Amino acid sequence: MVKLLEAQDVSRAFGGVQALKSCSLTVDKGSITGLIGPNGSGKTTLFNVMTGYVRPDHGTILFDGNDVTNAPPNKIFALGVGRTFQLTRIFSRISVIENMLVATQRDESWLRGLTRSKSSRSELDAAMEWLDFVGLARLASLQAGSLSFGQRKLLELAYVLVADPDVILLDEPAGGVNLTLINEISEKILALNKGGKTFLIVEHNMEFVMKICDKVTVMYQGCDLVTGTPAEVRSSPQVLDAYLGGSDDESNQVVGHG
Amino acid sequence: MSKLKPSLWTLALVVFAIFPLIVTNPTFTTIAVFTLLFMACTTSWNMFSGYSGYVSLGSAIFYGCGAYTMALVSTHAHMAGGEAQFWLVPLAGLVAMVVAIPVGAVALRVRRHTFVVITIALFFVFQLLAINFSFTGGAAGISLPLIPWLFNYYNLPFYYVALGLVIFATLLSAGVRRSRFGLQLLAIRDDEDRALGLGVRVTAVKLTGFTMSAFTIGMAGALYAMFIGQIYPQFVFDPTFDITVALMAFFGGFGTLLGPLLGGLILESSQQYLTLTFTNGSLYLILFGVLFLLVILFMPQGIVVRVSQLWAQRNRRRETPLTPDAVAAMGVGH
Repeated sequence: MVKLLEAQDVSRAFGGVQALKSCSLTVDKGSITGLIGPNGSGKTTLFNVMTGYVRPDHGTILFDGNDVTNAPPNKIFALGVGRTFQLTRIFSRISVIENMLVATQRDESWLRGLTRSKSSRSELDAAMEWLDFVGLARLASLQAGSLSFGQRKLLELAYVLVADPDVILLDEPAGGVNLTLINEISEKILALNKGGKTFLIVEHNMEFVMKICDKVTVMYQGCDLVTGTPAEVRSSPQVLDAYLGGSDDESNQVVGHG
Repeated sequence: MSKLKPSLWTLALVVFAIFPLIVTNPTFTTIAVFTLLFMACTTSWNMFSGYSGYVSLGSAIFYGCGAYTMALVSTHAHMAGGEAQFWLVPLAGLVAMVVAIPVGAVALRVRRHTFVVITIALFFVFQLLAINFSFTGGAAGISLPLIPWLFNYYNLPFYYVALGLVIFATLLSAGVRRSRFGLQLLAIRDDEDRALGLGVRVTAVKLTGFTMSAFTIGMAGALYAMFIGQIYPQFVFDPTFDITVALMAFFGGFGTLLGPLLGGLILESSQQYLTLTFTNGSLYLILFGVLFLLVILFMPQGIVVRVSQLWAQRNRRRETPLTPDAVAAMGVGH
């Protein structure tokens, strides 16, 4: 397996809170890798470090063999790492299609933006194609702020896809979404994966993770605890400890939440 | 952006073009020149602040720099007052742009509300510099070369150059709105970090927009200096200019194309008229203060958006009375 995205020995503290403690994670090319763990175990921080939103205090991020540790988010996106956010973020006061167009040219010089129009024919076609893929094509001219929560999730996925990144990081794609839509999203992910896209997914919904992931990494208190196939992870005593952890009430709640 | 038809834009342009030929009274054409200057400045301000959501209260920095460029160059080069001075207008715009680069680089390091405060602070730095430097003439200001034009002709060239600035600013603003760059500014307004994560070079885009908007404002400042013939630091680096430009844009329609034009047209002409009628230069400040409050409270999107909403509502009510089916159909869209 070729390693596409890799975090090596990453640490990051916020004040006195050590959010990541020499955490390592590998995403193989063509895989769907799951990242699970109790709330506050550092999953989103690791996402932020890997996409350039947060600088690590220590450690290295490699993409396709290149060191991208302190690169800004736009650079990392231009290289081919797209992500969605846990709390879905779209551009609410422009139209759905314009949302898509923001991402179409992932590596265009900023001066070029001054002299060209918003979209070329081919970009518009690509944007419509991806909107169609997630089932939002008929809403293309609507203001994005009027979309429902689930539609926003799909739009966010679509505009990350339109830039054709090599690896896509999804932060809780199934969070707060109804069952039908969860199935729809997992089908889309599997279809895209067949087409060659690599995924890294943070998710609390265990059923979802176990169904679609090839490999799962469990995080606990800022460290990567166990990595393995879904079946291995499910039966690992360490994971059971982390989640159910004897008398720790908080951990119990986390499983209930999932 | 604006739903106005091209024919209406053309009609407006014709009205503006023939206005000084019909209304020849210098009192009114003077008001008209000031009004056009503010329309140009507000449109240009809106091109950055309205699209990106970064409200700048330091636009007088560029107005002042433009005015001083006109005053200093025309006096030091011993120019005779007259048409030749108009060539300095674009030069003043360029100087304002050069000034805007470091100003923007400092102010744009911070986000939103902090940005507003920094622009105000930088504005006062410039005002103090203009008052205290000797080459600016200090508080006594600078007298520009006298322009030997006849009393009833004097306003005419200024009117048309100012109209040219308005057209330039409007076309530039419309062009930006249609470009990829403009889309990036709007994306920054809605969610800057998300835009960054989609490959938008936010710092470069913001600084470019900020610098571009300084160009027309600088040119307007230069034209103002030439028109008045005498500048003082407290009148070209004027804090009420900062606020007036923002108010005009909010009043007309923040982030729209037509809004700043209407805001400038309505507010500047009425301000000039009030000052003239009541011979009281401070009355308008009180009225503008009240108006600003009312606009922010009752129509924060500005008159253009509000009126088009009301218009759409009225048409809808008239064409299709609401049936349960229609209500259901509307619900589907959400």
